[in-house]
Formats: sequence, C-alpha cells, structure tokens
Amino acid sequence: MQHTLSVLVENEFGVLSRVASLFSGRGFNIDSLSVAPTNEEGLSRMTIVTRGDDKILEQINKQLNKLIDVLKVIDFTDGSGIEREMALIKVTAEDESRAEVLRIVDIFRAKIIDVTPKSYTIEATGNPLKIDAILDLLRPLGLKELVRTGSVTIGRGAKGWKG
Amino acid sequence: MKMNGARIMLECLKKEGVDTVFGYPGGTVINIYDELFSFKEIRHILPRHEQAGTHAADGYARATGKVGVAIATSGPGATNTVTAIAPAYMDSIPMVIVTGQVPTALIGNDAFQEVDIIGITRPCTKHSFLIRDVKDIAMIMKKAFYIARTGRPGPVLVDFPKDIQVAMGEFAYPDSVEIRSYKPTVEGHPRQVEKAFKMILESHRPVLYVGGGVVLGDASEQLTSLARNLGIPVTTTLMGLGSFPGDDPLSLGMLGMHGAYCANMAMTHSDLIIAVGSRFDDRVTGKLATFAPHAKIIHVDVDPTSIKKNVRVDLPIVGDVRDVLTQMLKLTDKVKDKAAEYVSALSPWHEEISDWKEKHPLSYKSSTTIIKPQFVIQKLRELSDEDAIISTDVGQHQMWTAQFFKFNRPRTLLTSGGLGTMGYGLPAAMGAQAAFPGRQVITICGDGGVQMNIQEMATLVQNKLPVKIVILNNNFLGMVRQWQELFFDKRYSQTCMELPIDYIKLADAYGAKGFLATKPDDVEKVIRQGFAENGPVIMEFKIAREEKVLPMVPAGASLNEMVLNA
Repeated sequence: MQHTLSVLVENEFGVLSRVASLFSGRGFNIDSLSVAPTNEEGLSRMTIVTRGDDKILEQINKQLNKLIDVLKVIDFTDGSGIEREMALIKVTAEDESRAEVLRIVDIFRAKIIDVTPKSYTIEATGNPLKIDAILDLLRPLGLKELVRTGSVTIGRGAKGWKG
Repeated sequence: MKMNGARIMLECLKKEGVDTVFGYPGGTVINIYDELFSFKEIRHILPRHEQAGTHAADGYARATGKVGVAIATSGPGATNTVTAIAPAYMDSIPMVIVTGQVPTALIGNDAFQEVDIIGITRPCTKHSFLIRDVKDIAMIMKKAFYIARTGRPGPVLVDFPKDIQVAMGEFAYPDSVEIRSYKPTVEGHPRQVEKAFKMILESHRPVLYVGGGVVLGDASEQLTSLARNLGIPVTTTLMGLGSFPGDDPLSLGMLGMHGAYCANMAMTHSDLIIAVGSRFDDRVTGKLATFAPHAKIIHVDVDPTSIKKNVRVDLPIVGDVRDVLTQMLKLTDKVKDKAAEYVSALSPWHEEISDWKEKHPLSYKSSTTIIKPQFVIQKLRELSDEDAIISTDVGQHQMWTAQFFKFNRPRTLLTSGGLGTMGYGLPAAMGAQAAFPGRQVITICGDGGVQMNIQEMATLVQNKLPVKIVILNNNFLGMVRQWQELFFDKRYSQTCMELPIDYIKLADAYGAKGFLATKPDDVEKVIRQGFAENGPVIMEFKIAREEKVLPMVPAGASLNEMVLNA
C-alpha cells in the first residue's frame, strides 16, 4: 500500500543523506521525495511517498523517528492530507495536434509556459492522479520531456502540524 | 580564555570525565597531539592500528559503562576505525570517535588523505558531526557524548577539520544539552507494565529472555531479583551473559544457534516470553515461522525499532529496562502472597526444565590425550578471579566460552555479538585492562582471530597492560570448518591455517612471556604459570583439531531441531 509521509527535520548538515541512506540500507522503497525549508527557521520538511505492508510502514516510521535530526513523522495515508504535485511537460505540437494539446491543457486547468512552432511546454498542478491522467492523454501526441516535483502534502483543517 | 580548537577538544573530553583515550597520530590530528603533549589529565594509549585502538575504546566502554573515546587521523586512519565502529553500533556501545579531516577549504577536493568518513560511517553510527566552526566544538562534543550514552547507546563520530583545530576561540562548556528532535523514552508506561505483570501472573510456563540491554542498562540486580521473586527461568543471549548469574538454578544459559538444549526447549514450550533488552536476532530465533509457537510475547526495550521488527509482540513496553524492571519489582512487592502462590504453581514447569537440563546438559567427551577446548574454558573459570574480565574473539572459542564459562557478573564478558568481528578480542581486552589495571583481564581467542590484531602485543607490553591471551589453537578457522564438515561434505576450502606459528617465540619477540600446553595434563599448569606473571602473557593450547560446537541449530531450522552430537 502507498503511504505519504511528511518528515520534519532539523536543517542540519547531511540530513537528506541520512534519510535516503536509511531507506536504501534497509531496503525500503521511495516512490518520490521532495524537500525544502519551512516557515520555521532551521526546519525543513520532506514529503516521502513509499510503499509497504503495515509491518514495513511501522518500521519506516520508527526508523525515521530514531534519526537524531528527525523531529516528527506524519503519515497521511488515511486521507487526512491534501496532496499536490507539479509537472513540467514538453510535448510535440505541430499542425493538427496543436489544438488538441490546448484543449487538454484547458480541461486540466494547466498552463502553457513556453511555445515554439514545434512544441508546447506545459505546467500542470494537482494531485498525482490528475498528473497521471493528463500525461496519459498527452503521451500519444508525443511527450518529449517530463519533470515532476513529487508530492507535497499538508494536513486538512485549521490545525498546523504542531496542533 | 582563548585557546585553539585542538585544546578546546581536549578540554571538552576532560569536562566529560574522560581519563583515557586510544588514538593514533597523523597529519590532520597533529595539532591535537601537540596539545596532548602537555595535557596531563588525559592518558593516551597508542595502539599499533587504528582498528585496534577503536576496539580498545569499545572494550573500555563495555567494561566500565562509560563512553569510550578513540582518535584517528583523516583518510586511512579514519577508514581503519570503521571495522571497530560497526560492532560497537551493532552491540549499542557508547563511544565517541574523533577523526581528523582535511582543512574545510579543501573538503571535497580529493585532498591528500581526504575521505568522506561521515558518509562511510553513516550506517554504522548513531549520529555524526562535522565541526565547521571553532565556536561549535564545545556544543558538538556535549551533544556527541549525550547522544552516545543515552537512549539506546551507540557510537558517535565527530569529524574535526585541521583548520578548526588551529583556529582560536573561547572555551565554555555547556552545562546542559537540549536536542528537540532527540528525546529517548526512559520511563516505561505504567499501565503497560501493569498489564505485563498481569500477563506474568496468568502464565504457567514463563521465560525471561534477556539481552545486552540489561547489561548496558545496569539492570542486572533488578532482573535477578524479579526472576528470583517470581521463580521465572532466565535464558540470555550472548550479549546478555553475566546479566543473570550463570550458577543460579533458574539460569538456563544461552539460547539460540549454540544455546543450551534446555533454553531452546523452554522457549519452544513457553506460554509467555518476557524479552528484556534483547532483539530477537536470527541467531536466537532460528526459523521464525516456528519460533515460540505457544507463547505470548512481552517485549521491553528502550529502542522502539527493536520491537515488532522480527517477531509479533503481544505487549510492547518502550523504556529503559532498569526503570521497567524496577516498576515490576514494586508490583511484585505489593502482592507478595499472590507472587508466592504463583511461584509454587510453577513447579511443574521447573520440573520439566530440570528434565531437559538432565537429559542433555552442555557436555563434551573428555580426553586424557588431547586437550579439549571446553576443558580449558572450565579450568580458566575455576582458576581465574571472581571479578575477572573475559573478552573473546569470534568463532568456536567464543561459543565454548559462552557455553562453559558460566558468567556470574555483568560487564565481565566483552564480545562482538552482533557483527561478529574477528580481531576484536585482544584489543578489547587491552581497553578493559587500561580501565581496570588491578583486575584480571583475559582474552580467549582462536588462532585465526588473534592474528588479526596480534600487533597489539606491542601496545600491551609498552603500556604494562598485563592481559592474559589464551589461544585455543586448532590450526583451523574452526567455525567455518565446522560448517564445511556438517553442510559441505568436509570440503575444507581455505579453512586450514597450514603454517604453524610459534606463539611462544612470538610472545618473546614482543617482550612478553609465552606458555604452551600440548596435553591435558599441561592445562592447569600453564594457566597457573600465565596468571602468575605480572606482564602480558600468551597461553597457547593445542586443542582437538576437529572439535565441534554443539548443540547446534542449523541455519534456517527451528530452535528445537538441535544437532546434539554429530
């Protein structure tokens, strides 16, 4: 089962490699990982999408918490989080396909951010399933390049992570 | 007062109460050594290899319970410590390793003797720090010692660039340390402890399965009282030996692959396993699917990741083992009558265990012509001091020691349990002897492992560390040979150490004494001669070459499927 974990970490030297090497050393999967500083000085937040049964997820959670620089681990699998991802997509767009690309972009409320006579570059934002869906539609038209940020997730409701 | 970074480092060690360090000089720690030259409060022991120095710091830590400290230079000096850091991590030994590093401006430039030691040691340290400013030295050292000794202890590496050692700064050691992302749980949850106690009183075939956590957590006294008050039999892991008196009638000895028959049978037939400071290692459980099929499991451990990692657990208690055992003792005191009733109701279980003990005790065929290694261990136990510290290397001799020495006190067995590092025994004994100059320190080795750090003979002689080195010599890498005999049709591929070494001459070359026993009648005489010497000694015993460690649970078999004689 896929899980989305938010990991609040001290912004210390080498913290990303500690987390990454924990996953590789213990044979845990990483589907995506994104990391950036938060509003609090010295704290960064990682969003890690991973897979495994309950036993593996319990170990991942505990092992992350065991790292000295990890302040908090939040598991958003129960639907308590809002998940978003951005993709930058370069797609072939010539002659009749130019209009089709524009229609798809419109339906998905995406944006064209670069144009050439032969291509469009698209910015799409949404939950990862929506990104998958637009990619499925664009793929037959000729996908030249794709960059995805990986998921970022935040909890629903008025409360912040500290409660 | 302003001082350079190297001096600040030494002042930090002094503030932490460090009186002995094990280290090896080099280009990027030369400034530390220059300061050390006139710094008389810290005794520095120079090993002949950084791996050995770091093992010595580990042995020092295991024997004393204090944080062991090792120093090495950058590059090869630092990488040489890795094989000694990894076993300390596996066995949760509190250590601080200070490595020199090239100047900060050169980091990443492939400078001479530069290596990313933090990267290399990341999976085998509890934490690590790179010092990047002279102002940070004191706080980093404070944190390093705090992290090393608290929670589940472990080694912490501090990488110390040369330019920071030279930079001048003020020294002020922080009184306290607060790490918001590191708060180990100390107190076991009282309601969980109560539930556990209730489960114990409802059980009919309980076993205390005890690991190194009880030794490290200084909880032997509490464990012993609890076991005796409730009449619960105790089996220990290799790391747990000494936490409960091996001579006690409730002791089942060690369990697992080379455990006692009664211990493995008790685990298999138990209805309640109380795991304390142990982690259900594969050498302990055998085949997981058939492990303790009838038992509920209570697991007490300071490290939550140990719980439910390998086996299902019915009742987890995260906390310091001494705190949890103390809580349980208090509960026992409250219901003395009930506890007495419980103890007497256990008598069928005790009888069953006695039957197993009698049916297949740990034994060997004695001989009047060839020295049996088990006999040497028994004689060592008989003739050594009650508070002697024993270190072992890794292999057959380690298992014979675990089986036949019957350790009575905690912190008297130093052995590389988790990682199984050959070459550990001699330097670990060196560290223990440095901590306790007046106690008898004996290292029991095979002829394979002892040669992996034999150069430390020089350190022993130079520093007047009178370690007694016992070599059980079968001219084989005996444990691998045993596997080849049992599982590979006696194809002894590369396990015969064909060149006989004259260990007596070798001892002589280092300025130590050597004694040789070739027949059973020599054994006691040689041990007495060795123990009578004031300096370091080699006692070599030419043992039965193809003697096996038994019983044995073959890898992947169930605990109760022991090979008893083969």
